[in-house]
Amino acid sequence: MKTEYKIIVDLIEEKTRVLDVGCDDGTLMESLKKDKNVDARGIEISKDKVQTCVSKGLTVIEGNAELDLKQFPNDSFDYVVLGQTLQAFVNPEIVIKELLRVGKKAIITIPNFGHWKVRLNLLIKGTMPITESLPNDWYNTPNIHMCTIKDFVKFSKIINFKIFKSLALTNKNISNINNSNLFYKNLFAELGIFLIEK
Amino acid sequence: MNIKENIKTLVIKKPLKLDCGKTINNFPLAYETYGSLNKNKDNAILVFHALTGDQFVTGINPVTKKDGWWSYAVGPNKSIDTNKYFVICANVIGGCMGSFGPSHKNPDTNKIYGTDFPVITINDMVNAQVNLLDHFEIKKLFSVVGGSMGGMQVLQFISNYPDKANTVVPIACTSNHSAQNIAFNELGRQAIASDHNWSDGKYLSNNTLPDKGLSVARMAAHITYLSKKGLQEKFGRKLQERDALKFGFDADFQIESYLRYQGSVFVDRFDANSYLYITRAMDYFDLVKQFDGNLSNAFKKTKAKFFIISFTSDWLYPTQENKDIVIALNAIGADVGFVEIKSDKGHDSFLLDVPDFLKTLKNFLDKSYLEK
Repeated sequence: MKTEYKIIVDLIEEKTRVLDVGCDDGTLMESLKKDKNVDARGIEISKDKVQTCVSKGLTVIEGNAELDLKQFPNDSFDYVVLGQTLQAFVNPEIVIKELLRVGKKAIITIPNFGHWKVRLNLLIKGTMPITESLPNDWYNTPNIHMCTIKDFVKFSKIINFKIFKSLALTNKNISNINNSNLFYKNLFAELGIFLIEK
Repeated sequence: MNIKENIKTLVIKKPLKLDCGKTINNFPLAYETYGSLNKNKDNAILVFHALTGDQFVTGINPVTKKDGWWSYAVGPNKSIDTNKYFVICANVIGGCMGSFGPSHKNPDTNKIYGTDFPVITINDMVNAQVNLLDHFEIKKLFSVVGGSMGGMQVLQFISNYPDKANTVVPIACTSNHSAQNIAFNELGRQAIASDHNWSDGKYLSNNTLPDKGLSVARMAAHITYLSKKGLQEKFGRKLQERDALKFGFDADFQIESYLRYQGSVFVDRFDANSYLYITRAMDYFDLVKQFDGNLSNAFKKTKAKFFIISFTSDWLYPTQENKDIVIALNAIGADVGFVEIKSDKGHDSFLLDVPDFLKTLKNFLDKSYLEK
């Protein structure tokens, strides 16, 4: 399993209710059920992936986070997980607010656009960066609102949510992000993982 | 109508108070079963049929001698695996395959009921069928499954009997009929009523049949079961056994001939008055209104696991109407899964060979059965 998923599983307490937004093929939901005895639900936009989830016995609805989070009442989940898709939404602010309305806490992971390879790529080639975690060209990428770890931290102050825990993933190593190391983590981490609250 | 042998019938002695106010008792409920009930009696699936279906879900229908209406989905190793599950299906009351309906004789007058038969609702159908659970001494069904009007019965069933099923699978259905749904049904009813042979519903006493009217009703309804794209691909403007237009009103086009055929075979197996009664029941169905405008309340008492399926090209019960049920369930934190299956086959997709649908249904049931 991806290191990212292991970190998320560790962040989630046992026997809680979790909504995985963009649950893909249900890998994370499966391990949440198995390792943490979680009541897991998923939303997934791809029909094929919903069908894969059903074949794994997972409770998933086909839907789109921007339209379908509305149907859930306030605080209906202990955690809402959004893995590497915040940058693909038209309005990330509304999505974060919805996540924190539906869930008591949210876990958001972002591919870090501040990573040195990305920066170097643009600096030297002068074209939009293509890396392992950002494999698409500018014209076919679903990512319309890329941000860096630093941007996300800044964003928390702008739209007023609390970052409870922030972790950096660098070469499969996990480390904490804090104010004093933010510059370095923003340069070297491939992925930022944030546990946030209202 | 064919002679109806080989029909299993349960006589319901318990009085059933209908929504129209009348009470019926000692009435027949025709049913069929497939597979076998296990020792714990926890592998039963109650399948509900749609408007023109009957209890003969799969295998050869002994009356029509044709394949059962859900042969693609039900049978050994199929989506609803009869090696594993005990499948029960009953003909709805108001129907014409052995259950109490308008073609039966009124014991008080010794005349065929016709339109003197009480108006039946989806709620009445479900309340009649729940007696099958007592008959088989089943405390809790593993699942209730049905498409179209069968899906409406599924929703009504779990609302009436919240702890009588582990899983709930409404397919291609709605929580209430739209104006468009009612309009199409009314078209069918008027086609029947305007057939001279219908004689205010007394045709069986007169030894006539409103074949023309019923067949037009079927033709109109059949169009609503298919998609524009599906029709276009299958028929387009192809001509029927001719090279050029005949400049007349014969069936020049294949689609005309196809619809006429569908109409003509339908009248051999279906009773016109039953068609009136069952379409009326569908039109009257409104689970939202039953719960004072809040559909969520219909499901508040159940802990069952729901799985809702719609089809991309179904314009009769479109995805949004199926999704409204999902939304109502999510609003109360119910366990609900949902998928819209891609298919060009329209509303009829649930009856046809649509592999993604059949696979998904099987996966849901089999996985849920393991986790039960």
